[in-house]
Amino acid sequence: MNVIFAILFYLATLILVGGLAYKIYDFARTPAPLKIPTTPAPTTAPGVVLRMAREVIFFESLFKSNLWIWAFGYMFHVGLALVLMRHLRYFVDPVGPILAFIQPFGVYAGFAMVAGLGGLWARRFLVARIRYISTPSDHLMLALLIGIGLTGLGMKFLMHTDIVTVKAFFLGLMRFEINPLPAHPGVYLHLGLVALLMIIFPISKLLHAPGVFFSPTRNQVDNPREARHVAPWAAQLDSGK
Amino acid sequence: MAAEFKTPEYRPFPTVPEMQPGAMSHLKPFVASEAVQTNIGFPGKLEEGWEGRAIDKMGELLGKYRSLKVFMDSCVHCGACTDKCHYFIGTNDPNNMPVARQELMRSVYRRYFTLPGKIFPKLVGAKDLTKDVLDQWYSYYWQCSECRRCSVFCPYGIDTAEVTMAARTIMDHIGQGQKYSNEILGKVHKIGNNLGLPGPALFNTLEGLEEDVKEDTGVDVRFPMDVKGAEVLLVTPSADFFAEPHIDSLIGYAKVFHAAGVSWTLSSYASEAGNFGLFNGSYEMMRKVAMRIRTAALELGVKRIIVGECGHAWRVAYAFWNTLAGIGAGANDPFAIELQKQLDPNCKQPTHICEYTWDLIQQGRLKFDKEANDHRIITFHDSCNVARGSRMGDSPGGQFEIPRNIIRAVANKYYDMSPETIREVTFCCGGGGGVLTDDLLELRVKGAFPRMEALNRLKEDHGVNFMATICAICKAQFTKVLPYYGFKMNNVGGVHQLVSTAIVLGNEH
Repeated sequence: MNVIFAILFYLATLILVGGLAYKIYDFARTPAPLKIPTTPAPTTAPGVVLRMAREVIFFESLFKSNLWIWAFGYMFHVGLALVLMRHLRYFVDPVGPILAFIQPFGVYAGFAMVAGLGGLWARRFLVARIRYISTPSDHLMLALLIGIGLTGLGMKFLMHTDIVTVKAFFLGLMRFEINPLPAHPGVYLHLGLVALLMIIFPISKLLHAPGVFFSPTRNQVDNPREARHVAPWAAQLDSGK
Repeated sequence: MAAEFKTPEYRPFPTVPEMQPGAMSHLKPFVASEAVQTNIGFPGKLEEGWEGRAIDKMGELLGKYRSLKVFMDSCVHCGACTDKCHYFIGTNDPNNMPVARQELMRSVYRRYFTLPGKIFPKLVGAKDLTKDVLDQWYSYYWQCSECRRCSVFCPYGIDTAEVTMAARTIMDHIGQGQKYSNEILGKVHKIGNNLGLPGPALFNTLEGLEEDVKEDTGVDVRFPMDVKGAEVLLVTPSADFFAEPHIDSLIGYAKVFHAAGVSWTLSSYASEAGNFGLFNGSYEMMRKVAMRIRTAALELGVKRIIVGECGHAWRVAYAFWNTLAGIGAGANDPFAIELQKQLDPNCKQPTHICEYTWDLIQQGRLKFDKEANDHRIITFHDSCNVARGSRMGDSPGGQFEIPRNIIRAVANKYYDMSPETIREVTFCCGGGGGVLTDDLLELRVKGAFPRMEALNRLKEDHGVNFMATICAICKAQFTKVLPYYGFKMNNVGGVHQLVSTAIVLGNEH
C-alpha cells in the first residue's frame, strides 16, 4: 500500500504540474489578435493588475451577477485556500510561527469549504436553469471535493489517525524515500481522492484557475487608439499587402 | 417564414423566466445562396465531408484566438450568466442562456479536442458534430446578438460573442452562411456600403439634404462628398443616408461641422461605417472592409477621421481599426507610417462624433436653444457595442457620460432608465450582431423585451416619449419593434437628431 500511494502521488504530481504547465504554455502561446476587453476597462497596465486582483481575490464579476453563487463559491474557495495552507505542515519541518498560527483557522475553513460545496451542489438540483446546464461530471466534481473535505474532517473529529506518520510519509516522498503510511481507511480514501483530483485538474473545468488570468476580456489594457496591437499571424497579412 | 408569434407581455415584477426547452428551435435565418457565398469567397453549399472541414476550422481558430481556447476550457457551469441574456428573457428558450449557447460548441470541442471527451463523452457532455448539432448551431448562433452582456457577469470573463463569432466562421467555411450578413458583405466589398447605394445616388441624396436644410433653417449647410483636402473624413453607417430616423442625425453632424466651421467630407468609396465582418467573426473580412476607410483617408488627404452614430461600427473603429488598418496612434510599422504622417496626432484617431461634438460644446463653440427639444421627454439607450466594446474620451466609462452630457446640453427633459438596464449592463436592442433581418423578426421582437419593459416604466413614470441612441442598428430595430410594445415608431432617434433640433446656426460661413 505504501508503495502504491507513493507511486500514485508521484504520478499525480507529475500530471498536475506537467499538465498545468502545458496548458499555461498553450494559453500563453495562443495570440489574442484583437483588443476585446469588456469595457469600461482600465487604460493602464497597473489598472489591469488591479482589475484582475479584484476578480481573483473577490470574484467581483460573480458578485455582480449572482449573490448566492458568489456566497457559496467564495466560501468554498477561501475555505479551500486556508485548508491548503493548513496542510503545508505536512510538507515542512519544523512548522514556522505563521503556519502554526493559521492551524485553527484551517479547521473552520474545512467546514466552510464543505458547506460552500454543499450549497453549490444543492443549486445544481434546486435551480432549474442550473440543473439544465449540469453534466454528470459537474456533479462528480462536487462529490469528489466534498468527499475530500468530509474524509479530512472525519479524521480530525471522528477517527483520528497518526498524522506524525502521515507527515513522515510525505517528507519522505520529497526526499525520494518511501516511509509507511498509517493503515487507516480514512487516510487511504482522503489521499486517493486528492490524487484523483490532481490527475483530472489539467483536463477538466478546473482549468478555470489558470484560465481566468488569460481571459482577454479581463487582462487587456483598453488603449487600442494609442498603441497598435497586432498578433503575429495577423501581421503577416500586413506584409502580404 | 415569419410564423405567428406572441409578443411578450409586460410583467408587474420582472423575475427570471421559466424555461421552455425548444421554444425557439424552429427559428433559423435564411441560408445564403451559392451565389452569395461564393461571391465573398466561401464554399457555396454544405457538401459531403463538412464535418471534418468544420473540425479542422475549429482547430485552426483555437490556435489563432486565445479567447476561444481559454473560453472553451474555463467554463465551470456555475450558472451566473443564465438569466442575463435578453434573448433568454424574451424567449424562455434555455438554449438562449449564454452558457447553453456556448455549450453547443463546447460539447463538440470536448469530443474532438480533449482527452476526457474522447474517452468518456457522456460523462463530460461531449458530442459528435452531426447534422442535428449543426442545425442547432445554425439556429442558436444566429439567435445571439454578440452584445457581450454575459461577459460582464462571467467570473472568468467568458464572452459568448467570441464563441458565436467562431461558430459563424466555421459555418461560413463549410457552406452554411447566413443570407442577410453575407449579402451585405458582398455589397460593401463591391459598392462600398451595406445598402448597395452607388456614388451617384448618394450625391443626389446629399444635394436633396442641402436643399431641405436650407428650406428648414435658411442656412447653407453643406453635405460634401469626395472633397480632397478636407480636414475631416466622416464615416457613417449608410442607413444615415436615407433611413428614418437615421437621416436626422446625419443632418445633425452636418450642422455641427457647419457651426464649427470645419471642412469635412464623406467618401463614396468608404460610404459605410458598419462592418459585418465583425458579426461573422472573420478577421480577414473585417480587415478588408476596414481597409476601404484607410484607402479613402489617404486618397482624400484628410487630417482626421470621425465616425457617425453606429454601435458595432464604433467598436470596430475604436478597438480594431488600429490593429486592422493602422488607423490610430502609436504604430511604428511601415504599414501604418504613411497614414500616421498624414493624420493629426493631436486628435484621437478615430474620433466618435459624440466626442467631437462634446469637445465643441465644452469649448463653447456651439449654441443651443434647448427649448426646441421641449416636446421631447428623453431617455438614452446605451448601445451594446459602444457600452461594452469601446470607449469615448479619456477615461473608462466616457462612452456613457459623453452622449448623456450632449443630451443634457441640448434638451431640458432627461431621465435614465433603471440602473440594471443601462450603461455597462445595458440590454441589447435585440437586433444587433447580424440578426436585423425580417426572417428573424420573432427573435427581434422577443429580444427587445427587457429594453421595452425598462422604457415602459419610464413612460409610465415620467411620460418619456423619446429614446435617443447612437446606433444605426438600434434605430432600425426599434423603429420596427416599438409598435409591438405600444410605442410609436418615432419614439426612437439619434443623439445628433436632438443636437440638430436645438443647434442655433448663423450664416457665418
